[in-house]
Amino acid sequence: MPLPTLRPARYGSMAIALHWLMAIALVGMFAVGLYMTGLPFSMQRLKLYNWHKWAGVCVLALAMLRLLWRLGHRPPALPAPVASAMPHWQHIAHHGTHGLLYALFFVVPLVGWAYSSAAGFPIVFLGLLPLPSFVPVDPALAEALKPWHWITAYTLAALVALHVAAVVQHQFIRRDGLLWRMLPGRR
Amino acid sequence: MKHSNPLTTLVLASVALLAGLPAFAQQALVPAQSQITFVSKQMGVPVEGRFRKFDAQVAFDPAKLATSKVSFTIDTGSATLGVKESDAELPKAPWFNVPKFPQATFQSTAIKAVGAGRYEVAGKLSIKGSSQDVTVPVTMTQNGATTMATGSFPIKRLAFKIGENEWADTSMVADDVQVNFKLALTGVGKI
Repeated sequence: MPLPTLRPARYGSMAIALHWLMAIALVGMFAVGLYMTGLPFSMQRLKLYNWHKWAGVCVLALAMLRLLWRLGHRPPALPAPVASAMPHWQHIAHHGTHGLLYALFFVVPLVGWAYSSAAGFPIVFLGLLPLPSFVPVDPALAEALKPWHWITAYTLAALVALHVAAVVQHQFIRRDGLLWRMLPGRR
Repeated sequence: MKHSNPLTTLVLASVALLAGLPAFAQQALVPAQSQITFVSKQMGVPVEGRFRKFDAQVAFDPAKLATSKVSFTIDTGSATLGVKESDAELPKAPWFNVPKFPQATFQSTAIKAVGAGRYEVAGKLSIKGSSQDVTVPVTMTQNGATTMATGSFPIKRLAFKIGENEWADTSMVADDVQVNFKLALTGVGKI
């Protein structure tokens, strides 16, 4: 029996804005990342790599902002009927997925940054502002880091897919209206 | 000369011959301790490359700068940025065009002392069929038998047509390229 549609306490508008901004950024970064790595040596490839790095710096800043905001603003608790309908493993998955997502918002760009620096390509934001390298230029380190940007990005993508699957489950199977908490619009 | 014998004559002649040769005849570059690097900027990012193979003919006498000479040959095919994808492109026609121009050269025309082991070496730099006059500041330091000559100078890559067609866009790859060198020489007289 589906639960009645609820009007649960929503996230704040800042939290909602940061969430959707991050969603758009992650989808865009993942798509560009997949596309650019397959390109042959060209001006287009060089451009996309640099844009990807600049955007990665923005994602990092957004992650920082979002974490700080999250620490200062507790998200609304799950509505009691939703929480009680969830088996124990779903509660663990719910917190675990969110925790890992936040961790990877930082890890994926930082590994990319480290890889770029180690490979001898320090990041110059927008082509103007040189950012510090926190690892030395080291071809062996670069080779070791390279797969990890890829691995962590795919892990992040898998967690986003899991997150979306949970949204689908709540919205269309349980029909508990949980999605409304994160949708922008009038209160 | 009654008491002379052919061996003595040969020894005397050899000594005379050697004494007549300039003191710098045995100067040589020590490639293992030398390096030539270049820094270009790609979308603002400084990227260092280097040449793995080069050689020099050095006839440098601090006491006779007017007759001192330095010339270099650099194998353009030995250029590397340390990245496979880029290194595969460097020998191609838009960049160094190695099949047609396998070597870059530098030939000094005048060497001027500017004090405290520092010199200004003027000369002709030829890369990819284009020549430019350059003045290269060089600092020499001596440690035992080895003389280190270090310095750097800027060049404009487009003056040598390095990076043609779409790559001539200096908003992507800057025109200015800094060339840095550190050369170990043996047999240089006391500076």
